[in-house]
Amino acid sequence: MSEAVIKTDKLTKRFGDFIAANEITFEVNKGEIFGFLGANGAGKTTAMRMLCGLSIPSSGKATIAGFDVYKQTEQIKKNIGYMSQKFSLYEDLTVLENIKFFGGIYGLTDKQIKAKSEQLIDQLGLQQEAKKLVVSLPLGWKQKLSFSVAVLHEPKIVFLDEPTGGVDPVTRRQFWDLIYEAADRGVTIFVTTHYMDEAEYCNRISIMVDGVIKALDTPRNLKDIFKASNMDEVFYELARGAKRSE
Amino acid sequence: MEAVVVKNLVKVYGKDKTAVDDVSFSVKPGEIFGLIGPDGAGKTSIFRVLTTLLLPDGGSATVDGSDVVKDYKQIRNKVGYMPGKFSLYKDLSVEENLNFFAAVFDTTVAENYHLIKDIYVQLEPFKTRRAGKLSGGMKQKLALCCALIHKPVVLFLDEPTTGVDPVSRKEFWEMLKQLKAQNITIIVSTPYMDEANMCDEIALIQSGKLLSVDTPENIIKSYPEKLYAVKAGNMHKLLKVLGGYEQVMNSYAFGEFAHVSFKNPDVNLREIINYLNQQGLVDIDLKKTEVTIEDSFIKLL
Repeated sequence: MSEAVIKTDKLTKRFGDFIAANEITFEVNKGEIFGFLGANGAGKTTAMRMLCGLSIPSSGKATIAGFDVYKQTEQIKKNIGYMSQKFSLYEDLTVLENIKFFGGIYGLTDKQIKAKSEQLIDQLGLQQEAKKLVVSLPLGWKQKLSFSVAVLHEPKIVFLDEPTGGVDPVTRRQFWDLIYEAADRGVTIFVTTHYMDEAEYCNRISIMVDGVIKALDTPRNLKDIFKASNMDEVFYELARGAKRSE
Repeated sequence: MEAVVVKNLVKVYGKDKTAVDDVSFSVKPGEIFGLIGPDGAGKTSIFRVLTTLLLPDGGSATVDGSDVVKDYKQIRNKVGYMPGKFSLYKDLSVEENLNFFAAVFDTTVAENYHLIKDIYVQLEPFKTRRAGKLSGGMKQKLALCCALIHKPVVLFLDEPTTGVDPVSRKEFWEMLKQLKAQNITIIVSTPYMDEANMCDEIALIQSGKLLSVDTPENIIKSYPEKLYAVKAGNMHKLLKVLGGYEQVMNSYAFGEFAHVSFKNPDVNLREIINYLNQQGLVDIDLKKTEVTIEDSFIKLL
């Protein structure tokens, strides 16, 4: 039996009368790549914020890496990594300074940071750019660096919020190579995306519509269930009746 | 007369940041033309030159026969432009924004209502709401209405579907098809390769340079190799094995399959499957597959 590192049971978040996330229940296993899909406004961001310990649920239960989302939010933050398209690195710091800064935040020792920096620069082939400001890097490199920084402290789970927006198809695949490698090391990947082909790279996916999880299965099974030839059709079938939009 | 002609266009920022590098293409009246490429490809710079918001550093361009440098005033009356970033007045209501844009172009909402009717009916229940308080999808619809209200000859849409979920994307393309039926030429940019098929003609662009300009069908037809789709129990391992196999020309993940082309055009599929089995891969499914625009883009990079 695989070990569940994310467990939720009827997890709910209300804002006044509005139920942003409505009794969502699911589990994600260690080393699994889990795609968290949904229409704009479906409640994905709200759900993710609860899972990251950034927002206290209104009701229901959840544990992240064994820690409770109500009481142990600080432990959760230490055991997860987070990367989003909107924010990830400090553009006015160099590549090395960013690694050092985030390493420090996550409580790594100077010695660990030095070793990690060298390993990471080497792995990403950023030797020439190590002392350049992040703002000068192409978007694809920023994304790869940003992911590597998010897993610098070897978290149990990494949350990726639309990590590959706006890059070319080759760079997007290089990014997924990094994801696969991290998953092979046992890191659990929790990823949102609007690219339906990326959904196919996930072991399992959930599709959220109007605050509830409408479907959760492997891409193969979802396509069989909905008699669809690709995930785009599955998504369309589930989300076209959505009442909410962002 | 072509709706848009771009000849050897160059745009350089600062000393040496070449955003648009010798780009040429033309757009026929009434067609949907797609500029397809990632962030930083130069799509927005091209749009801004064509809508006379930026001066080119080399080459020339015309929109509906008017030169983007000399005749900029005429062009501004003839084009509609929806920038990638929401650019309406957030403190004005839906109605006020629309009236404002109509007034600026010396027309009225009533005069060209037929153009926006299908889109505007969805906004009408919120017509007194401030634009800043609309949902993402509604903002986009309002922006499209405001870009259309003076009945432009050419409509420029800069990444209208970026960050938008697949259902809303599909709806947006339906709207564009209806506008096309009204004879408006549409130039639209997108980072989503699958949207290429909605266009009559496309330009694939990367790092300021055009990789190819043609109909999506012709770009797909000109793919030089036979393309195969292959699947195995362990996809990550499959990708690694394919990457290191000397028979393979190109291989990369593609949805639930890996797409792969071989150096030998008469490759023996049995032999390939045997090799993959020997490498410890099981449940191999290998078959010929259709080329997509994304495959063509990858090939051209």
